Amino acid sequence: MTDTMIRTSALTKRFTVKKETVEAVRGLDLRVMRGEMVALLGPNGAGKSTTLRMLTTLLPPTSGEAEVAGFDVVTRQREVRARIGYIGQGNGAGHSQRGRDELISQGRAYGLSVADARRRAQELIDSLDLGAVADRVVSSLSGGQRRRLDIAMGLIHAPELLFLDEPSTGLDPQNRANLQEHVVRMHAEHGTTIVLTTHYLDEADALADRVIVIDHGKLIADDTPERLKADHAGDRITLTFDSEDELRRAEGHTLGITAARTGLTLTLRADGGRHLVQKLMRGFDEAGVHVSAVEVARPTLDDVFLALTGRSLREENQA
Amino acid sequence: MIHDTTIVFSRELRPVLRDPFSVIFTMVQPLFFLVLFSPLLPEETGLQWFVPGMIVMSCLFGAGSTGGNLLFEMQTGSHERMLVSPLRRSALIVGRALKEIVPTMVHSVLIIAITIPFGFRPHAGAVFGLLLLAIMCVGLGALSYSLALASKNKEWIFWAVQQTISFPLLLLAGMLLPIEGGPAWLQFLSKLNPLSYLVNAERELFNGEVFTANVGLGLLAAVGVAALGLWVGTRQMRHAVA
Ligand SMILES: Nc1ncnc2c1ncn2[C@@H]1O[C@H](COP(=O)(O)OP(=O)(O)OP(=O)(O)O)[C@@H](O)[C@H]1O
Ligand SMILES: [Mg+2]
Repeated sequence: MTDTMIRTSALTKRFTVKKETVEAVRGLDLRVMRGEMVALLGPNGAGKSTTLRMLTTLLPPTSGEAEVAGFDVVTRQREVRARIGYIGQGNGAGHSQRGRDELISQGRAYGLSVADARRRAQELIDSLDLGAVADRVVSSLSGGQRRRLDIAMGLIHAPELLFLDEPSTGLDPQNRANLQEHVVRMHAEHGTTIVLTTHYLDEADALADRVIVIDHGKLIADDTPERLKADHAGDRITLTFDSEDELRRAEGHTLGITAARTGLTLTLRADGGRHLVQKLMRGFDEAGVHVSAVEVARPTLDDVFLALTGRSLREENQA
Repeated sequence: MIHDTTIVFSRELRPVLRDPFSVIFTMVQPLFFLVLFSPLLPEETGLQWFVPGMIVMSCLFGAGSTGGNLLFEMQTGSHERMLVSPLRRSALIVGRALKEIVPTMVHSVLIIAITIPFGFRPHAGAVFGLLLLAIMCVGLGALSYSLALASKNKEWIFWAVQQTISFPLLLLAGMLLPIEGGPAWLQFLSKLNPLSYLVNAERELFNGEVFTANVGLGLLAAVGVAALGLWVGTRQMRHAVA
């Protein structure tokens, strides 16, 4: 038993399409320990899927090395494949197949006996709420139902290391919560090491012990969500005023913290927001400035991304 | 290897078993040829000559286009899922190619059954004929899958190549019209086509001649295509990336 589940050094992938070279992943150095739950965060095209594909033996690296579950992803592919689970960005079930059949054959592919594969398939069908559609042809399923089937296939053999590429894309809020519950349970009950990519910042925040931010194929931050927020973005204090005049007078009493102005609101960023608000309000009171609304927000991972790259992940998602 | 191949084989076969009528729908093409072409045949040769060729044709079109299924799975992501599984890469191609035997046999038996009321009389040697056909369709299936793997992200290449190759192979093997009377260059091209040997062998087998040179050549052609197809396919699958 190794305690390091993933170790990469200078992992790099270049694609050449029509003489143009895309550096999808550039010199990634990663280390993930057994039992960790890690989220890869980054905008579209950042290199998340390419990284997962190299780690799952689907793509040979251009240069650099990677070891997964103790085995090299290039020279010991079979050993790696036997130890991992992978839920890709696409749909894993064949469209002319029935869901239950695919689940059972997936279980068989990972060495379960027919009886065990059947039993596991039934468990997952029940817990992922697929009972009504499991015996239908996959092409007749809705996008969210297909996604749940993908997740069931990835979980069927209870792997020690599970990769999920945007597992919750296309799921409604209820099913997203259900998926998160599954992931948390796998992690808690079996000590499964989990690496997932996501565009949902709240999901990364809620699930991951560790967030790795990737941009343009490079690792730009790697820490717990709390530390990332503490280090890269303070609390956000939003003050709203009734008039231009009040706002202008308030600007003189922000305790030296720079305030960004939009319309009739001032936004301040600082650590220890709650405490600071009390101080600010006392100052405004003394100066006779009336504040119509105050809001203190804990920083989000988006604030972290914004602080690190000058761009917001949210905007990219909506584009 | 056998374990893995069985898993892939049964996965491929399952949709057919769940919905057996789908197999019948895929054989409209040979049926059209039978209905529209056989009335034009000369009295004395007739169905005895034509039906064995139709059986090879249904194998050529059926197994030859099966790569389209893989191509679709490459787009949706289920091929990627299988590539990450611990199944041996060779099993991914062998299991798929072996499955081609089932629809090919069903088609052949149906073609025979349909033509018997119209006067077709297969000899017992036909059993050996079906065996040769099974070997050939495994080879053609494997080649079709190889073409699909080579057409990754360029689906049109698969269909363009498959269509462009199928018809010359069909005509040059003398499935619809005899080649013997044709010009020398046509006969030469026909000799390069492995399907020609299979068609000749099938005609002799269905008419009761079993231990002939042509049957031997047909067997050789079928085994050759199967070996080539499985070799190319396994190589391709080993190097397949997502
Ligand atoms: N097979 C390929 N051939 C050429 N370029 C590729 C290939 N796969 C990925 N790329 C390029 O590599 C870069 C990284 O792609 P990747 O799919 O890893 O991004 P991602 O972070 O997963 O993005 P998304 O959030 O959109 O899924 C992109 O610029 C993409 O166009
Ligand atoms: Mg991606």
